Amino acid sequence: MSVLEIKNLHVTVETEQGTKEILKGVDLVIRSGESHAIMGPNGSGKSTLAYTIAGHPKYTVTEGEILLDGADVLEMSVDERARAGLFLAMQYPVEIPGVSVSNFLRTAKTAVAGEAPALRTWIKDVRSAMDSLKMDASFTERNVNEGFSGGEKKRHEILQLDLLKPQFAVLDETDSGLDVDALKIVSEGVNRAKEANGFGLLLITHYTRILRYIKPDFVHVFVAGKIAEQGGPELAERLEAEGYDRYVKA
Amino acid sequence: MTTATEAVKDGAVQHGLQAHSHGAGVPIQTRNERMRSTNVADFPPVTPREEQWRYLPAARLKGLDADSLSEFVGDLEVKHSDGVTTSWVSSDHPAFGAAGTPEERPSAAAWGSAEQAYLITLPAEQSSEVQIALTSESTEPSALHLIIEAKPFSKASVILDHKGDAILGENVEIIVGDEAELTVISIQDWNEEAVHASTQLAKLGRNAKLKHLVVSLGGETVRVSTSAEFTAPGAEVELLGMYFADSGQHLENRLFVDHAVANCKSRVTYKGALQGEQAHTVWVGDVLIRMAAEGTDTYELNRNLLLTEGARADSVPNLEIETGQIAGAGHASASGRFDDEQLFYLQARGIPEAEARRLVVRGFLNEIIQQIGNEEIEARLTDAIEAELARSDS
Ligand SMILES: Nc1ncnc2c1ncn2[C@@H]1O[C@H](COP(=O)(O)OP(=O)(O)OP(=O)(O)O)[C@@H](O)[C@H]1O
Ligand SMILES: [Mg+2]
Repeated sequence: MSVLEIKNLHVTVETEQGTKEILKGVDLVIRSGESHAIMGPNGSGKSTLAYTIAGHPKYTVTEGEILLDGADVLEMSVDERARAGLFLAMQYPVEIPGVSVSNFLRTAKTAVAGEAPALRTWIKDVRSAMDSLKMDASFTERNVNEGFSGGEKKRHEILQLDLLKPQFAVLDETDSGLDVDALKIVSEGVNRAKEANGFGLLLITHYTRILRYIKPDFVHVFVAGKIAEQGGPELAERLEAEGYDRYVKA
Repeated sequence: MTTATEAVKDGAVQHGLQAHSHGAGVPIQTRNERMRSTNVADFPPVTPREEQWRYLPAARLKGLDADSLSEFVGDLEVKHSDGVTTSWVSSDHPAFGAAGTPEERPSAAAWGSAEQAYLITLPAEQSSEVQIALTSESTEPSALHLIIEAKPFSKASVILDHKGDAILGENVEIIVGDEAELTVISIQDWNEEAVHASTQLAKLGRNAKLKHLVVSLGGETVRVSTSAEFTAPGAEVELLGMYFADSGQHLENRLFVDHAVANCKSRVTYKGALQGEQAHTVWVGDVLIRMAAEGTDTYELNRNLLLTEGARADSVPNLEIETGQIAGAGHASASGRFDDEQLFYLQARGIPEAEARRLVVRGFLNEIIQQIGNEEIEARLTDAIEAELARSDS
């Protein structure tokens, strides 16, 4: 059983107008096997939270801490965090020209596992993970995210989630840009990976539709850089009906 | 494949051929009017005042800009498939000078100084392969003239691999006959102190296709000037290049695509990586679309990745358009540091920073290497890049 603790997290970014505080005291505890949904309006700081957990250099933590089983995550480099078991499925995955998906996946798996995977089982694992995400086998020969459609990029993120088997997964708007069928395939992929590996899940989303497929244990409403309210799955339904107006005006 | 080793004898110094000049030695900006001559005396001395020599000090040429050079001394190991013929020919041979005329002093010096040219003829209506391994130990400024003639309806690939030590002035003529499909790969993998000025002149016939790839890795100063001239409609050139400059290296690529006739297509893609103090690369891409060249389709791109402080990449695309009736014309040039978002993405998957950098550089250059189509050479060049990158880690 692992636990990821975020305590009183304050984060700033440098903008042309100077330093701007985006996260204003976030508290959140996620345990293995739990599913947390974070919902909130545009610009409320959801991606900032995700990137800060992953260690993106653009974001500066000015106060608070992030602990993974008691270890100080903020002291770790980006790659150390990933090797410690944190995974971020990005809202906008980055293109890496000239680097094939198969090379990338193998390099990442080797880094995370600390040793190269046995070739035969690895190829089998990749293939079956791709099959269940309805990705064509030829995908592995393409360059990472290059020329991928929005939906293909998201499937590719979930493919990595499945293969890298992290302790905690943060999915930043994995549902956006997906049509109904793709949403279902991707959600099933997440559920399958979660069942197999039992990771703690932080699902960032704008809309409730993905929550029909991935059932959250907890729902947090994120407004203006902090959690404004939390509850169970019923909170998501209320948000669907009422929107965020209530929080934004308050 | 048959193998022939041609040992080039130490030849007497030859002076310029009888040739005439087409202009005075003043700097000219329009490619249209640039002076061409096989006589080195027609060219002014190499100075930074001339556009062609803006980035390359004469001293770096180590004598390749002299009036005369000695003949190339070294080995040409030539492997080729059946049907290909090779011979040494003198300047009265019809192929000699058939692809063009020098536009630069070192090219003219080499032209006049190489008594004979090595002619490789690629037979019509069949597929051929040629590999030329050029090695040298000599550090005398010397001259070499090669002619690659692809007969009409031929399909061939020619790899020209430069290794060892040399101060070499080289002309490579590339004649692509009607409907021929030719790939020429020129690899500059010299030892540290080598100096190489290579002029590669291509002339294309009707519906001819040329894929030309320049890979420059080793050598103190390597300058490859490639030009392609269309003489009949329907032809296509793809000019590709890849270079990796270390501390103190100067790697220069100058390109000229002459769209003299209608309905031809050109694509230029050069990519370079630089690391270390005083690593310097230069890319100049001139494309001229003449009045008659309606329906031209051209695009040129140069991208440079600066891996450390102290390196410098100059990138100058020039597009001259004399007609409005074209299918498309564009260029892009960008030189920059690492894309931090790419590094972040890879690191976020557990890949340590140094390895992530290597992956990105390898990927960046791979796009060009993948075009070679010869596994052995691709592997060798990939290894060479790995070795360069390993040096940057220490
Ligand atoms: N590098 C930056 N420079 C300037 N402002 C930034 C930067 N990064 C984030 N911001 C600002 O911080 C705020 C929060 O951004 P963030 O991307 O975290 O929001 P979000 O909740 O993920 O929004 P969305 O729902 O649109 O994805 C926004 O106002 C955004 O403009
Ligand atoms: Mg966001």
